[in-house]
Amino acid sequence: MQITRPALASAAVAALLLTLGCTTDDLQEPETTDQAADTAEGDWFVQADYQEQIAQRDIEPEGDPAAPWLQAIEPEWVDTEEFARDGGDATVCFSNASVSNPWRVTGWITMQQQVEVLQESGAIGEFRHSDAADDDDQQISDIQAFVDSGECDALIISPSTTATLTPAVQAACDSGVPVIVFDRGVNTDCAVTFIHPIGGYAFGADAAEFLVDNLEPGATVLALRILPGVDVLEHRWAAAQEVFADSELEILGDEFTGGDAAEIKNIVTQYLQRGDVDGIWMDAGDGAVAAVEAFEDAGEPYPVMTGEDELSFMRKWEETGMTALAPVYSNFQWRTPVLAATMILDGEQVPAEWVLPQEPITEADLDEYLERNADMPSLHYAKFGGEDLPGFPDAWRDR
Amino acid sequence: MSARRLDTTALIYLALAGIVALGGVAVAVRGGNLFSTANLVDMLTRTSLTGFLAIGMTLVILCRSLDLSVGYTAALSSLVAATTMDGDPDRIVLGAAAALLIAGLIGAANGAIVAFLGVNPFIATLGVGLIIKGYLDTEYQGPAGLVPTAFQQFGYTRIAFVPVSTIVMLVLAAAGIWFLRSTRTGHHMYAVGGDSDIARMSGVRTERVLMCAHILCGVLAGVAGLLLAARFGTGSAESYTNLYELDAIAAVVLGGTLLLGGRGGVAGTVAGVAILAVLDTVFNVMQVNPFAKDVLRGAIIIAAVAVYARRQLSRTARRPRFADAGTAAETGRS
Amino acid sequence: MSRLRTAASALSGGTGPVIALLALVFAAIAVANPGFFEGPSLMAFLKQAAPLVILAAGQYFVIVSGNFDLSVGALVGAQVVIAARLIDGEESRTLPVLGVMLLFGLAVGLANGLITTALKVQSFITTLGMMLVLYGAIRLWTGGAPTGGLSEAFRGPGRRGIDGLPLIGQLPWALLAMIGLGAAAVWLMRTRFGRILVATGDNDLAAERSGARIDTVRTAAFVLSGLSATIAGVLIGGYAGVSAQVGEGMEFTVITAVVLGGVVLGGGRGSVVAAMAGALAIEALFALFNQLALPSTLRPSVQGLIIIAAVAYAAKRSARRPVPAIATTTTDPS
Repeated sequence: MQITRPALASAAVAALLLTLGCTTDDLQEPETTDQAADTAEGDWFVQADYQEQIAQRDIEPEGDPAAPWLQAIEPEWVDTEEFARDGGDATVCFSNASVSNPWRVTGWITMQQQVEVLQESGAIGEFRHSDAADDDDQQISDIQAFVDSGECDALIISPSTTATLTPAVQAACDSGVPVIVFDRGVNTDCAVTFIHPIGGYAFGADAAEFLVDNLEPGATVLALRILPGVDVLEHRWAAAQEVFADSELEILGDEFTGGDAAEIKNIVTQYLQRGDVDGIWMDAGDGAVAAVEAFEDAGEPYPVMTGEDELSFMRKWEETGMTALAPVYSNFQWRTPVLAATMILDGEQVPAEWVLPQEPITEADLDEYLERNADMPSLHYAKFGGEDLPGFPDAWRDR
Repeated sequence: MSARRLDTTALIYLALAGIVALGGVAVAVRGGNLFSTANLVDMLTRTSLTGFLAIGMTLVILCRSLDLSVGYTAALSSLVAATTMDGDPDRIVLGAAAALLIAGLIGAANGAIVAFLGVNPFIATLGVGLIIKGYLDTEYQGPAGLVPTAFQQFGYTRIAFVPVSTIVMLVLAAAGIWFLRSTRTGHHMYAVGGDSDIARMSGVRTERVLMCAHILCGVLAGVAGLLLAARFGTGSAESYTNLYELDAIAAVVLGGTLLLGGRGGVAGTVAGVAILAVLDTVFNVMQVNPFAKDVLRGAIIIAAVAVYARRQLSRTARRPRFADAGTAAETGRS
Repeated sequence: MSRLRTAASALSGGTGPVIALLALVFAAIAVANPGFFEGPSLMAFLKQAAPLVILAAGQYFVIVSGNFDLSVGALVGAQVVIAARLIDGEESRTLPVLGVMLLFGLAVGLANGLITTALKVQSFITTLGMMLVLYGAIRLWTGGAPTGGLSEAFRGPGRRGIDGLPLIGQLPWALLAMIGLGAAAVWLMRTRFGRILVATGDNDLAAERSGARIDTVRTAAFVLSGLSATIAGVLIGGYAGVSAQVGEGMEFTVITAVVLGGVVLGGGRGSVVAAMAGALAIEALFALFNQLALPSTLRPSVQGLIIIAAVAYAAKRSARRPVPAIATTTTDPS
């Protein structure tokens, strides 16, 4: 881990020579060692967080069950009187990480519909947003631009990556504007409230426990993941590994698919050629149907499977009658931040960490959620929580 | 040669001025002010990251090469810097040096594969990028390391409304302009990009020039990585997903440098970078739908290059032309 | 005319290394899992490989004539999304929508071709811009994520085949399409059009002097690429259904495949069969990684090493000078 000073100093000199070599037309290749090789980090599993989330699944949230986006699990209420302002028509700014996947697209529509309601009631005047297209650096600029403009009464941030956005969020807090963070967090608690469903560990554990309960000991499971390095997704897999480690299931492998249906189908097909696959664990539902079809096309019996509350998967689940679970990363959380902003600007108390309920959809609720979302497109999320908004159902159906 | 280059460069700065003016009007119509301090800061901040990458990219493109690995190089050097510094202000210089060294070595690897192994730069640098990606995915499953506050200033401090990172970018751009105009290697880059056989016959050691361009491009990607680390407060492997390399190439071409090599320069590239930054800020201030942004960006890049191409065409049509691209394949000279 | 003949003879050569690579990868798979070559699983492999192979044939036309088509990944994605939205689950709409997709694919190819040839925009930039435009426009149209659904009839070509055959079980329609289109591509390259295409990429000025309409054939190459992306889109959409990410990154995979096949970026050399074999080799490589249970984070690194090594080996074999990175319609050295 420690790199000796002489080595580094010579490295610095070599770097200089490497560059200077250019202007002198006399280039020499210096020898060096690869210094990054031994700094392996990225152990995503934090035991305390894991246990907290596992416990939170069984805690009854406070608030009205009909409006889960306003419920909170074990809230610690904080005063916000310092941010109270009179007269409504507040300018609320929103720095979005991206709308690059259907989950975020669905949530973004829900948020805009909620904003319209609040604009009509006069609580929000102008709603400004920027979209960073998943680029951390871009989002830092976006946040800075909002802060520098000095025109935001409240700033909502959905960070694209936890660690990298921390300095920018801290700077936003320091400017005195009330900051609301939701979805992925940041490594600072300077925000007035941090809104999120229980979390990735709970998601991954829900799915893994379902497989353990519904498969025989010794059964084989294939894990399909979107991509490496994203904390919310890594937590899901870390929790699953924790659960699988205590079980007698055999994990065949974990594969990155990019969420691309064709890639998923290739991978599952190839695993099926090599042997039986009894269960599929997914860290997100994108492309789940393609995985099911791979079994159909190979003439294999359906696996026990966990996807997500994405409708294409739930419809396939109902159609095939397979044994499945739809873990949920509550999409209705997109309503909460704008509501929280108006509460804060009214000086009402909000939870410092606003933990929203996150309950998987089981066989028992399947029909109910399919019924409720009958008109919705297939890449829509069942627990989007916008049924009572005036734009329903057109805003989501005809997006 | 220099008079003509000035010509093209002047045209590009004219285009930049036009886009700034149009953007200013468009924002004003919507009741905003594009030239408020906040928006100026925003525009300038957006120039620095792409700027570093695009300056390096200009050098390799001038040599008729390409570097598709810069996004990966930047991501890796942000991690090397952040993990080496590890929160200790005394290690800032060492961390930065280590990052730049690694980045320079990657550039050297690219250059060697292109120059000595004869692999097409598109494939060579795509392949090197994939190698780095595999290393990053395996070794770092997310952000790692800690950048001391003192170094974070590189990403956050500004003098009046000009961010320090932009000043550094402009200084490096000035150095790049000087390098291309006043050094032997700089001149040789134009020669190699123009026709490497003729360059070789007139005594230019083309492999060495190519190596040099790639190393400098790598080092500049390293500087971009340092900026990322400063702004993130940590190193981030994931930043390779943003396709910074395509942004950089677009900026270089917008700046009037021919992808064919041999013509162009860093001054134009800076204008190209600025055009993209102004567009981003205007789109943001005007709340343009993120998908419409992509459409507009794509269309503007094509349209701008079409305008330059037309001018270059009308100029070159008057002079006799020599074939170059294909003839070498048949004569088999080496 | 002798030049044309030289170019035509190039059609037959250069397939050696890629066939060797393919054999090597297949041998490795056979060692890892002999069951892979049993009828049904081999058919499954060819079914999923078919879209990339067809895409490679389309890309070959563009590359051999001296250009790039970076827009094919976005076009494949756009076609699948268009199909889902317009068909919206109604069986009866399948054929009309296929017609619309065909027209759309040809139109995108034509636009790429005309911008590149008539407006003299370098194809790298034309198709990069087109990629951005398609990516954004298709999401603007569907509100960010695909809507609607595909019909069973649409799914057929990509997913199903002739069932109940001895030994192989199912003969996939996709495989038949691949063979048919492959044969058509080979035939096309033996016509006068094919010879002019290669000659244009080899040396456009010479081709022009010998009376070839180089702009026309280059535009036609882009149209063929658009056509191949459309067919690949039909097969991929049929194979796996709609997802938001379909087609992403395919442009780089397919260009890598074509280059692995020994086709030279810059034009003028390589055969269409080798390009398709290159695509098959890439798919086989991915299958091998899977069979070996290679950690998925490491795969990009191994892929990068292999493509660099393969292309370097081919470059050494032909022992020519490094080839230019980028070719455009204008070749103007200074």
